[in-house]
Amino acid sequence: MKPVFLNGGTLVDPSQRLNEIGNLLIVDGEVASIGRIEAPDDAEVIDCAGLIVSPGFIDVHCHLREPGREDVETIATGARAAAAGGFTAVCAMPNTDPVTDNQAAVGFIVRQAQRAKAARVYPIGAISVGQEGKVLAEFGEMVGAGAVAVSDDGKPVASAQLMRTALEYARTFKIPVIDHCEEPTLSAGGAMNEGIVSAQLGLKGIPAEAEEIMVIRDILLARLTGGHVHLAHMSTKGSVELIRWGKERGINVTAEVCPHHLSLTEERVRGYDTNAKMNPPLRTQKDVEALREAVKDGTIDLVATDHAPHHYDEKEREFADAPNGIVGLETALAVIITNLVEPGHLSFPDLVDRMACTPARVFNLPGGTLKRGSAADVTVFDPGARWKVDASQFASKGRNSPYNGMTLVGRSACTIVAGSVVFRSGVPVRGQEGERMNRVRG
Amino acid sequence: MTGTLGKDLLGLESLTGEQIRLILDTAEPFKEISERAIKKVPALRGSTIVNLFFENSTRTRISFEFAEKRLSADTVNVSASGSSVSKGETLVDTARNLEAMRIDMVVIRHSASGAAKFLADRIQSNVINAGDGTHEHPTQGLLDILTLRDRLGDLKGRRICICGDILHSRVARSNIWGLTKLGAEVAVCGPRSLLPNAIDEFGVQVFDRIEEAIEWADALNVLRLQFERMTAGYIPSAREYNRVFGVTRERLERGKRDILILHPGPMNRGVEIDSDVADGPHSVILDQVTNGVAVRMAVLYLLAGGKPELAEAAKGGSGRREERE
Repeated sequence: MKPVFLNGGTLVDPSQRLNEIGNLLIVDGEVASIGRIEAPDDAEVIDCAGLIVSPGFIDVHCHLREPGREDVETIATGARAAAAGGFTAVCAMPNTDPVTDNQAAVGFIVRQAQRAKAARVYPIGAISVGQEGKVLAEFGEMVGAGAVAVSDDGKPVASAQLMRTALEYARTFKIPVIDHCEEPTLSAGGAMNEGIVSAQLGLKGIPAEAEEIMVIRDILLARLTGGHVHLAHMSTKGSVELIRWGKERGINVTAEVCPHHLSLTEERVRGYDTNAKMNPPLRTQKDVEALREAVKDGTIDLVATDHAPHHYDEKEREFADAPNGIVGLETALAVIITNLVEPGHLSFPDLVDRMACTPARVFNLPGGTLKRGSAADVTVFDPGARWKVDASQFASKGRNSPYNGMTLVGRSACTIVAGSVVFRSGVPVRGQEGERMNRVRG
Repeated sequence: MTGTLGKDLLGLESLTGEQIRLILDTAEPFKEISERAIKKVPALRGSTIVNLFFENSTRTRISFEFAEKRLSADTVNVSASGSSVSKGETLVDTARNLEAMRIDMVVIRHSASGAAKFLADRIQSNVINAGDGTHEHPTQGLLDILTLRDRLGDLKGRRICICGDILHSRVARSNIWGLTKLGAEVAVCGPRSLLPNAIDEFGVQVFDRIEEAIEWADALNVLRLQFERMTAGYIPSAREYNRVFGVTRERLERGKRDILILHPGPMNRGVEIDSDVADGPHSVILDQVTNGVAVRMAVLYLLAGGKPELAEAAKGGSGRREERE
């Protein structure tokens, strides 16, 4: 493999307090040297002038739909979408069909990801068999096959006893237990945030308390068990306050927030646009502001997309009947730059920390640094590029984006995984070889 | 076709007070048509209208159908059962098929909030919302307001209280929007478990006790209590509902004020309203039904491009704009 030389970019790597113009040399899939260095004669030189070079972004929360719904996304298309969005690795949630709740299912995802040759894909195993909330899945064997965490995401863990056991049992394997915080009897039938907008639109609301009750339950169970609980897609001001309470007491809780909860409010639901329907729902401006502050001060550790592709037929229907979720891999970086960096809430080193370094640390994954000798997972992005989102051009099969047609700032330019360039702007995404098997089967 | 109301009537939220008054004023001359021996004028002759009812309805569907027929439109009724909808056709496909048949208007009743807007965004025909989920039921709101105006005159400063299940009521939402835009003071009264949590942000007063509401109001609009609210656990029983929130003759007599009683129907006699109130001197419930036809004629006429100032003349001939697309 030819050495790759990233020339003249701004190196932003909070793991080594780096924020300066310099060069990066990749040899044999590893960072060989960084700083004021010369390009070897045989290297492939990539001009990075005006661009930011950072550790590769890691998305700890996405839905790649394979196996089960290969019509809306596959591991290959999802991994390419991730690369196009600047992510060098993503974690795939287990709410597939069948559910990823055993070592064979975890192994399948690992193999499909290797064939895709795009972003790395780390499987997340289910907490309970079939995500039914009853019997613990085999964490040990799933970790052995490559799972990096467990979650029943999409479904809340309703039973406090099951959550307690999961947190205790997961300690053996040093993996986080991710919870989708939702008190199911309070949220039942809800289609959006509960408030004046839901009351006016005649849609059943989901109160903020449905999330917050489970947030505090999980924090208290983490205190009880000493386990690591990771709270998925936080959406309310109250959740932020509860997490702050937990962290102040040294409880092992981490949390993520999605770009849409940092940029959109329930007002976006007026007009019944199903691309504004997700769970947890878009909340109020007050919540958005609290979440932005929490990302800035570290109460919320990291940004994750909750990338959730759906077929357009499923979204093209009555609001209450449409499925929850939006695609996010290819807009996440730009949404964060546009809504947090541009207005001055977040610096670029903070952005890199929340999207690369902290996800690696919290989930104990390789990457998150450009230190010499580390795996060369690198993201190069243009911090000032203005572009109009065109969902029809996404590498993802999903088109369900509330940002479609919006002009955003910041865009990935080049994504490198283990020294191989897997995405370069202006260059068409890799061919469809990873999907051959599905086509034959389907 | 875009008249003074725009292409569609989806709710009263998007209308101005002026547009609401225009509909009410246009309804006035149409009232008389229903009193004639030959109840028919040619205003919508040649127009085709589909009444698309995904939810059961007797009163609203018949009222629309009479309004359409008295304006000489050709009408087709489609109900969910027995149509392609029961075979799993999606709303968007239903919409496209209707569009392909080159119809002029669709009247839609659907259990999903936003369904009327969904349809209106996807077809060129005029769409009239005949009730979408728990969102709005604009023609019911208009006929309630017309009935109030008949008795009370200008509604500015008049006090109207809507009683019952506000949380699930599209009639309540349309009434709140419409009455507020005409300058009326609006209140609601019902168990807190059947009021939206954000009710204060609607700009209405809240009465916890029906006695206070009766004391305050010039008119009560008493909503139907759906029996599924009891099984869903919102309130304990119909019996207790009647004892705490029922509009009874005894309660009306204790109030000092003269008061009008409206009900959008169908009534649960002995639950939200007692029979001697429904049939008594305060009740204008059957006037609402009569006005329903006139208001719907006015809406159909205006959406079809009819000129409001020609509504009187339309009773004899066509007042509709001729330059139709």
